[in-house]
Amino acid sequence: MSAPLLEIEDLSVTFNERMAAVRNASFRIGRGETHCVVGESGCGKSVSALAVMNLLVSAAKRTAKRLSFAGEDLLAMPEKRMAQLRGNRMAMIFQEPMTSLNPAYTIGSQLTESYRRHKRASQRDATARAVKLMGRVGITAPEMRLGQFPHQLSGGLRQRVMIAMALMCEPELLIADEPTTALDVTVQAQILRLLNELKDEFGLSILLITHDLGVVARVADSVSVMYAGEVVEHTTARQLFADPQHPYTRGLLSCIPVPGKSQRDKPLGSIPGVVPQVSVGFSGCAFRSRCAFADADCAGTINTQTATADHNYLCRLTPTRQKELARA
Amino acid sequence: MSIAISLPPVRVRTFRVGNVGFWIGVAICSVVVLAAVVGNALVPHDPFAQNLNNRLVPPFWMEGSQPDHLLGTDQLGRDYLARLVYGARISLLIGITTMIVSGLIGTTLGILGGYFGGIVDDVVLFLITCRLSIPVVLVALAVVGLLGSSLTLVICTLGLLLWDRFAVVARSTTMQVRSLDYMNAAMCAGASTPRLLFREILPNIASHLAVVATLEIALAILFEATLSFLGLGVPAPLPSWGLMIAEGKDYMFFSSWVIMIPGVTLFIFVMGVNFVGDGLRSLLGAERPR
Amino acid sequence: MNSPAAIEVRDVRQEFRVSGGMFAAARHVVAVDGVSFSVPAGRVLGIVGESGCGKSTLARLILGLLAPTSGDALVYGQRLAALDRKARARLIQPVFQDPFSSLNPRQTIQEIVSLPLVAQGSFEAPEITRLTNEILDRVGIARAMATRLPAELSGGQRQRVAIARALIIKPKVVVCDEPTSALDVSVQAQILNLLAELRREFNLTYIFISHNLAVIEHVASTVAVMYLGRIVEMNETDVLFRSPRHPYTRALLDSVLTPEPDLGIPDVGLGDAVPDPSRIPAGCRFHPRCRMAVERCQREPPKPDLAAPDEMVECHLANQDNPFQLVGGQYAQG
Repeated sequence: MSAPLLEIEDLSVTFNERMAAVRNASFRIGRGETHCVVGESGCGKSVSALAVMNLLVSAAKRTAKRLSFAGEDLLAMPEKRMAQLRGNRMAMIFQEPMTSLNPAYTIGSQLTESYRRHKRASQRDATARAVKLMGRVGITAPEMRLGQFPHQLSGGLRQRVMIAMALMCEPELLIADEPTTALDVTVQAQILRLLNELKDEFGLSILLITHDLGVVARVADSVSVMYAGEVVEHTTARQLFADPQHPYTRGLLSCIPVPGKSQRDKPLGSIPGVVPQVSVGFSGCAFRSRCAFADADCAGTINTQTATADHNYLCRLTPTRQKELARA
Repeated sequence: MSIAISLPPVRVRTFRVGNVGFWIGVAICSVVVLAAVVGNALVPHDPFAQNLNNRLVPPFWMEGSQPDHLLGTDQLGRDYLARLVYGARISLLIGITTMIVSGLIGTTLGILGGYFGGIVDDVVLFLITCRLSIPVVLVALAVVGLLGSSLTLVICTLGLLLWDRFAVVARSTTMQVRSLDYMNAAMCAGASTPRLLFREILPNIASHLAVVATLEIALAILFEATLSFLGLGVPAPLPSWGLMIAEGKDYMFFSSWVIMIPGVTLFIFVMGVNFVGDGLRSLLGAERPR
Repeated sequence: MNSPAAIEVRDVRQEFRVSGGMFAAARHVVAVDGVSFSVPAGRVLGIVGESGCGKSTLARLILGLLAPTSGDALVYGQRLAALDRKARARLIQPVFQDPFSSLNPRQTIQEIVSLPLVAQGSFEAPEITRLTNEILDRVGIARAMATRLPAELSGGQRQRVAIARALIIKPKVVVCDEPTSALDVSVQAQILNLLAELRREFNLTYIFISHNLAVIEHVASTVAVMYLGRIVEMNETDVLFRSPRHPYTRALLDSVLTPEPDLGIPDVGLGDAVPDPSRIPAGCRFHPRCRMAVERCQREPPKPDLAAPDEMVECHLANQDNPFQLVGGQYAQG
């Protein structure tokens, strides 16, 4: 296997030196791979993406053992060089395209701006490329859309514009933060299909951040499950759904109703309590207050365990031990 | 079994320039309010007592000042400090009562328009538009000129003219609140209309109105000064700051402090009130969740 | 009928006037266009549809927050419009989507939850306190929270408070408008379980509105699918999910992403025409997005085909003797 495109090792982000938003998160994304980071709100999934892009607010502090993109060290990289990477070789799309599109400029000028800046292309070349890409992402009548403003488009179209904009400079990595959460289900399927096609066509690597395990199942190659700032389980998508190891992952999977599978009159599985906010210096398993199997030792250091070659999880207990405890 | 995870409250400290301004404003306003309430008990002179033998005594930092009259005396020999302090009372009185009158009118209109919408709102909007097309100073001048000047008349005229900002803010915030689900829930809970207006809407728009209130106080004080300067504000022996400037304008070339003292006081006080308003805005803005 | 249905909606239509300003002509948007259904007591009617399909407007009509332009909404045989606010509150209560905007930020939990009782005006203070404590216990909110403000609660706790407020007056019908869409997955499950328990305990009838078909499938006994202001298909949940008859229902079902890694991303084939309630297409309103549409669909609106009171479909092609063959989807095999 060739070297991964993005490597993150022991990434931590703290806010105001008090709140630990991300704690020692590690994952890597290979070229042409879709990696999903899944978790509930406040688990640190968006913050880790922003940390990769170096777009954190000034109150946040980022540390990592290793943070490299295509062999380049992002930690030591000066902001000027980083700005050249962003929007060029790394692009990002967000949940609500309305907030990331400037309402005062036309679609056309926003689409072509970064291409002209990064690639030093003429307006004509940039427009030609914009029209081509808009057609590619399924926007009808692209020439007409160029002159329109963001508010004149529907949510699905705006997200397509965002994708086209992200693709303008032929990025190698596309970071998508909940790209379909604000969209209707039918549109969600269309957008995800589009992302998948584009991945193959352009050889993109995608870092997809989502809370929806259904989305993870259908698009991910590999998955990181995050909880309270930590990656609690890291494996391939197939492995995660076939054989989840961490009690949190299992809990999450039992929470979602599945048509035709979950019993109508039976309650859904649920995880009691709420996600804790973890302060700097917290130790032990953050899930222990909600975990049915937790005991006093869970407050100690938890080591990563390996289930199979590409399946790690952060829990003291093996699944067999969990089953024994559940029976007892 | 339960294992407690301690969660320290995450409190982002927001000590910004806006807040510094807020406290400066509060300090200025407190001094003025204090002066208005107890000032004349502390100053040993009667603000109305004339002494024509002791006219235009300069203030303490100038040559020829008298330790007895810290800020000197005016053209009729009245103690300037006593008049200034008494003027604070007039300015505050006018500012606050005008704010109350205009606040009642504006808030009522705004809430009604915002809550009921439709034709009520059209009427309110029309009234606001009409009010905005009235030149305040000219109308106030005309009214006072016709009916003669008195404190009550100045307050009533300003109160009836300065409600537009209250109405606009109350209307738009009411419309926002009305569309929120807790209003729907309260309606479904069977709450009566007065209850909806006073318990659900008013507390939620009060913070916005408080900001407007401070601005209106400042505006009313300035308008009063303007009217008094033009000779149509509070009637003569009453020492309003605007009137003091007007009375001193003949002497400004030789004894510039006669208008400087009330002018600077007015400026600092109005700035203080505006600081409080700005501070309130940023404080309340930060408080609103999400 | 001897016992009136818990909810009966008869040919309800809701138009909104979108004012273009003081001197511009107003436009009319038809948000709900001739909807009829009835829900027997103790059942759960799930309403699904995309944003802008009129499902939330329908909820507000049923709650009596809006007066329909035409048609009637009846709760236990009584026209909501004819009821006074107190009687209406005793019959029907809402639970809204966003727990951050559905609780008044300036009132304590105690004040919020007790509002329906206070508004009745016939309860003594100690009675109100007792009932408030009882319902807070029942929904799992610690009594210590009663004096707090909503801002101090998490999303799930807020939604529990909203549920407590709806149930404190023991209504007969609860309208849940996307009650879990703003919540995290694990909290969503808690709230869905709570709603199901309470329904059995208080013998409630639910109208449950959601865009999430998996949730609807889990909670509803009957499902109505809305598209641009009309119900295009309605049936028992099992039947609807097993054999959808309307192409739009099929597309919706296909777009559900179940956590099954090998199924890939479905091709719903709806094209990218966007439904716009201010410009409803002639003929069948779904035809611009329908891959099965024939010439007749562009010209003639289909009539509802009622097989039973709660079994309905509105599609030219579903009525024919030789129904179209839908491509096998993920639920077709059952």
